[in-house]
Amino acid sequence: MTDSDPVRLYRTVRLIRRFEERAIELVDAGEIVGGIHPYLGQEGVAAGVCAALRPGDLVTGTHRGHGHVLAKGADPARMLAELCGRVTGLNRGRGGSMHAADFGVGVLGANAIVGAAGAILTGAVWARRRRGDDVVGATFFGDGAVNEGMLLEAFNLAALWRVPVLFVCENNGYATTMPVDGAVAGTIAGRAAAFGMPTVTVDGQDPETVREATAAAVARMRAGGGPELVEARTYRFDAHHTFEHRVRLDYRPPEEVAAARRRDPVLIQGDRLPAADRAAVDAEVEATLDAAVDFALASPAPDPATALDHLYASGLTARTGGG
Amino acid sequence: MPRLSYRRALTRALADEMTRDGSVFLLGEDIRVAAASVTTGLLKKFGPERVLDTPLSEQAFTSFATGAALAGARPVIEFQIPSLLFLVFEQIVNHAHKFPLMTGGQCAVPVTYLVPGSGSRTGWAGQHSDHPYSLFAHVGVTTVVPATPADAYGLLVSAIRCDDPVVVFAPAGALDVRADVTDLAPVPLGRGVVRRPGSDVTVVAVGHLVHDALAVAGELAGQVSVEVFDPRTLYPFDWDGLLDSVSRTGRLVVVDDSNRSCGIAGEIIATVVERVPLAAPPRRVTRPDGAVLPFAPALDRAVQPGRDQLTAAIQLTCKDG
Repeated sequence: MTDSDPVRLYRTVRLIRRFEERAIELVDAGEIVGGIHPYLGQEGVAAGVCAALRPGDLVTGTHRGHGHVLAKGADPARMLAELCGRVTGLNRGRGGSMHAADFGVGVLGANAIVGAAGAILTGAVWARRRRGDDVVGATFFGDGAVNEGMLLEAFNLAALWRVPVLFVCENNGYATTMPVDGAVAGTIAGRAAAFGMPTVTVDGQDPETVREATAAAVARMRAGGGPELVEARTYRFDAHHTFEHRVRLDYRPPEEVAAARRRDPVLIQGDRLPAADRAAVDAEVEATLDAAVDFALASPAPDPATALDHLYASGLTARTGGG
Repeated sequence: MPRLSYRRALTRALADEMTRDGSVFLLGEDIRVAAASVTTGLLKKFGPERVLDTPLSEQAFTSFATGAALAGARPVIEFQIPSLLFLVFEQIVNHAHKFPLMTGGQCAVPVTYLVPGSGSRTGWAGQHSDHPYSLFAHVGVTTVVPATPADAYGLLVSAIRCDDPVVVFAPAGALDVRADVTDLAPVPLGRGVVRRPGSDVTVVAVGHLVHDALAVAGELAGQVSVEVFDPRTLYPFDWDGLLDSVSRTGRLVVVDDSNRSCGIAGEIIATVVERVPLAAPPRRVTRPDGAVLPFAPALDRAVQPGRDQLTAAIQLTCKDG
């Protein structure tokens, strides 16, 4: 089997899909506390964007961030160990689902404050390029984030200083339960266009389409262009958060969900592969995740005596809270 | 002996660190023309790549600095108005401060937030006169409030070299202080200093109030022997230095330009009484609860800690017990 682009893309969307399904099982089993925001249905966006980036490029993710971290190349076993709160996790069990970070592969963190990461990534890319590094960045955010002032400030700063950051809006139609039509005046792309940014709206369910749009934008940015925006139209197949598995919230018509599920990025990309190649990838992904689950569950929990470790990079030690 | 002003001490610290370390750069509003008279001459010396004028986007440029720090730079942000810290509290606390722990030690965020003219500037009213250093001590961001030109230089240098975020409050009430300075050197973070030795009572004074405390101590000389302790850094606090002083004097008064509830004075008193038996109840002189500085000068002064209040607090504390 040749490891062509279609195969790599399929492997990524399949890995994210199965990672999330296994993670939900671990939530249900009580191994992941606090629940997760499943990325199910949106896999094509992270996979397509990250396929067009280089290993040294930088990304930031969101509270619904597992896909971004995995697509950029983080180890699924250490990612799953992080979700389970183990010392072997990417963040040594200090971050969990919403803050998973792997600076080694350019993931400056999933960020759980909506709209907050755009300016952080803009500063990081600016500083790296100032040092002469040929890097670009991609910052993921949802449709809800376009109503956060700090993200619009980041649009302006990146455009003004021509920092090559790809603003990737994952428009899944809902900010938690608020439909985008009830929250966004004008258009999402129009907001970026107002800052002079090139924008494109793509089918986020097709990983190849996302990859092609990203590759074109990244090529322009590497050639000296400023920031751009990709609005990927997508759909969240599962809950906003796994708490919805216990508490039903009535905000999406069942027929809408069913229709959206028929445009499944894993199936769309899988159909581009010969059946044997696809089966081989599926088996490889399953083996990877079997090993990841074993690794996570076999890893130790952090020692409570280390709860304040890493609070300060300078070595400052904080007073403890006891009497 | 050269006379150095507080403002020029800050300028010197910025220039020296920018010369020493190419990763240090400045950003803020109107800093190229040095509207706050702190970045004077730095554009000419270091160029526009290292002295960035920003749009009025405090939240974005504060997090931009966080990102630059994550990528290895050492940004220094100048905030023109102390009350802007409320606007960027999210960016400093939720991101800059939390990143090292949340990432399990994968990163450092060495950003310095410089606030020249913190507290009342007299006549700048409700939205330009805050002194929110206690908030940063509360959340655990390194917080310094230099009182003198030498400390302004030395603490700003140490702040820039620190691998964690540091907020440097340069009180408006201290900006015009000049002093004979022979030796400019870094001042370690977290180390206080006894400004005036005494034996009857320890007065802890924060920032510009150090000068008021020294004046009051001088006026009371002959009646009460006042030791003036300048913590210089409010977080991490020099508890050992303070406890050493209070162990000798047995009495404590704190003068602090914070609002009273949950201000640093409350923490100082609580920590001391946990550790040292006192001869008399401790006292504090602060802004009132929930203070909003009114515009009229007499009203502005009325809600700031004053020398008369401090004198009365010292006398009461020394009469008790």
